[in-house]
Amino acid sequence: MDARNPGVPVDQAVRLAVADLLARYVDVIDEGRLEAWPELFAEKCRYLITSAESFEEGLPHGVIYADSRGMLRDRVSALREANIYEPQRYRHLVGPIWVERETETTVRVRSNFLVIRIMHTGDTMLFATGVYRDLVDISSAPYRFIERIVVTDSHKIDTLLAIPL
Amino acid sequence: MQQGDMTPVAWPSDSLTRVPFGLYCNRDQYALEQERIFNGPTWNYLCLAAELPRPGDYLVSGVGEASVIVARAPAGELNAFVNRCAHRGSLLCLKRRGHAENITCVYHGWSYDLAGQLTGVSFERGVKRQGGMPAEFKRSEHNLRRLRIAEFCGLVFGSFDDGASELESYLGPDIAARIRRVLTKPVKVLGRTTQMLPNNWKLYLENVKDSYHASILHLFFTTFEINRLTQKGAIVIDDSGGHHVSYSVADQAADNSAYRQQALRSNKDGYRLEDSSVVEAVDEFGDGITMQILTVFPGFVLQQHLNSIAVRQLLPRGVDRSELVWTILGFEDDDHVMTERRLKQANLVGPAGYISMEDGAVGGFVQRAVRGLEEDSGVLMMGGSDARSQEFRTTEASVRGFWKKYRSLMGA
Repeated sequence: MDARNPGVPVDQAVRLAVADLLARYVDVIDEGRLEAWPELFAEKCRYLITSAESFEEGLPHGVIYADSRGMLRDRVSALREANIYEPQRYRHLVGPIWVERETETTVRVRSNFLVIRIMHTGDTMLFATGVYRDLVDISSAPYRFIERIVVTDSHKIDTLLAIPL
Repeated sequence: MQQGDMTPVAWPSDSLTRVPFGLYCNRDQYALEQERIFNGPTWNYLCLAAELPRPGDYLVSGVGEASVIVARAPAGELNAFVNRCAHRGSLLCLKRRGHAENITCVYHGWSYDLAGQLTGVSFERGVKRQGGMPAEFKRSEHNLRRLRIAEFCGLVFGSFDDGASELESYLGPDIAARIRRVLTKPVKVLGRTTQMLPNNWKLYLENVKDSYHASILHLFFTTFEINRLTQKGAIVIDDSGGHHVSYSVADQAADNSAYRQQALRSNKDGYRLEDSSVVEAVDEFGDGITMQILTVFPGFVLQQHLNSIAVRQLLPRGVDRSELVWTILGFEDDDHVMTERRLKQANLVGPAGYISMEDGAVGGFVQRAVRGLEEDSGVLMMGGSDARSQEFRTTEASVRGFWKKYRSLMGA
């Protein structure tokens, strides 16, 4: 069964559930509940942080790359237990979402984001802007990311990228 | 710039074991570094030859603060020249990379070929016999300022100084051999990223050369109880002191499955990797060396961590800021499995790297702490007081080597 119908609009219930997934993603990161972050992804998934320049050139490398929920959990436990970085928070602002049907069980989603980084010192900066390019599994509730490609507009990263975007 | 206008930082003695903090924040020192180091008799990494495969390809790189164009001319040779119009000094190339037959300044339309020679001046003869360049104007006197250029194992270096020795003798035999060890065949670029560092450029170089901090600041391997299988290691320093190699060798029994078992077995304390593919490596160079970090003075790093290979270019961007340009590499003949392996292991390094993210911040910790109290000095006594190669890595010899080379160039 080939149900690939790109561009076909999706119904409101699907759109709302996708919006809910994106909102939960932002919530778990910005509220510091990183342990919940991998659970928003399918077991077999793809998470990549790349830049617009690399993405457009077709370069595969990302500063963070995971292809399983296990790798995402490892990222969280490394941040909690191993890596040393100054206390900091993010504030995500995500714009309107664009949803397209991919197959019967998946949708493609695009949304713009801003991430503001707030250091424990109070120093606040616009840390990243870009586009989330997602493939979402809608076969059952709760929806999960099969793929989330974080394409940052700039190729520059200030100091370090600890918390995922 | 005249030396008399500048007050460089004074060293407390000839010893390499004391480093005045003023070196990281003094503006006169920074200006003199541009003149004597980056514009001086050094070779500065510009790019990979593989990034400019076709005649007409160009990219914008840098030497110190200076913006530099590297271009492949129609005959196939690479040229490097300052990214600055000879007319009024405007930037010529505004994009980071591209393809062109000639380079034309947007300001007044002066045009140059890919060897940097002035080939066209707008309204050179004036308009309706009015204006135009006087008879004594000669295009050949207004070419772009060229750099010497040299290639080694596909790495392209440039120098402003005719007095710099040939690149391979600048590197010395030990460093050259260690570059050859990694760059054995044609590379392909897997990705690029630029890390903005909140510190003086020298603090990053010191960090890269410092093999003492690795197991203390970077806790990823120890936390997850992954035996790095790297009991043996050594530091190689060239005669000038400026270049270095630090490497670790695996146990003879170490192989891919050993890594995997160790990563998965060490769960008694609760910390283990769920997915150990991030450290599943193959011994692609056949010599058991799991990690090799190499620097070429003043600002080049070649990294091999397991199968993660990258080059890093360090560019000063003011006395308390620098730019670290990462180019992540594979080889042209990598199959899909090998590429995937490299991409996963790339999680270990870079601005979000498990074993390196701390390096992006630690220079800033020094930068913030030396402010306002610049008259004090730091100490570099681990492993002795000289800057010679050592058969162990609990040493600061290569950091002392950096200062040896630095002082010889700065006349201090």
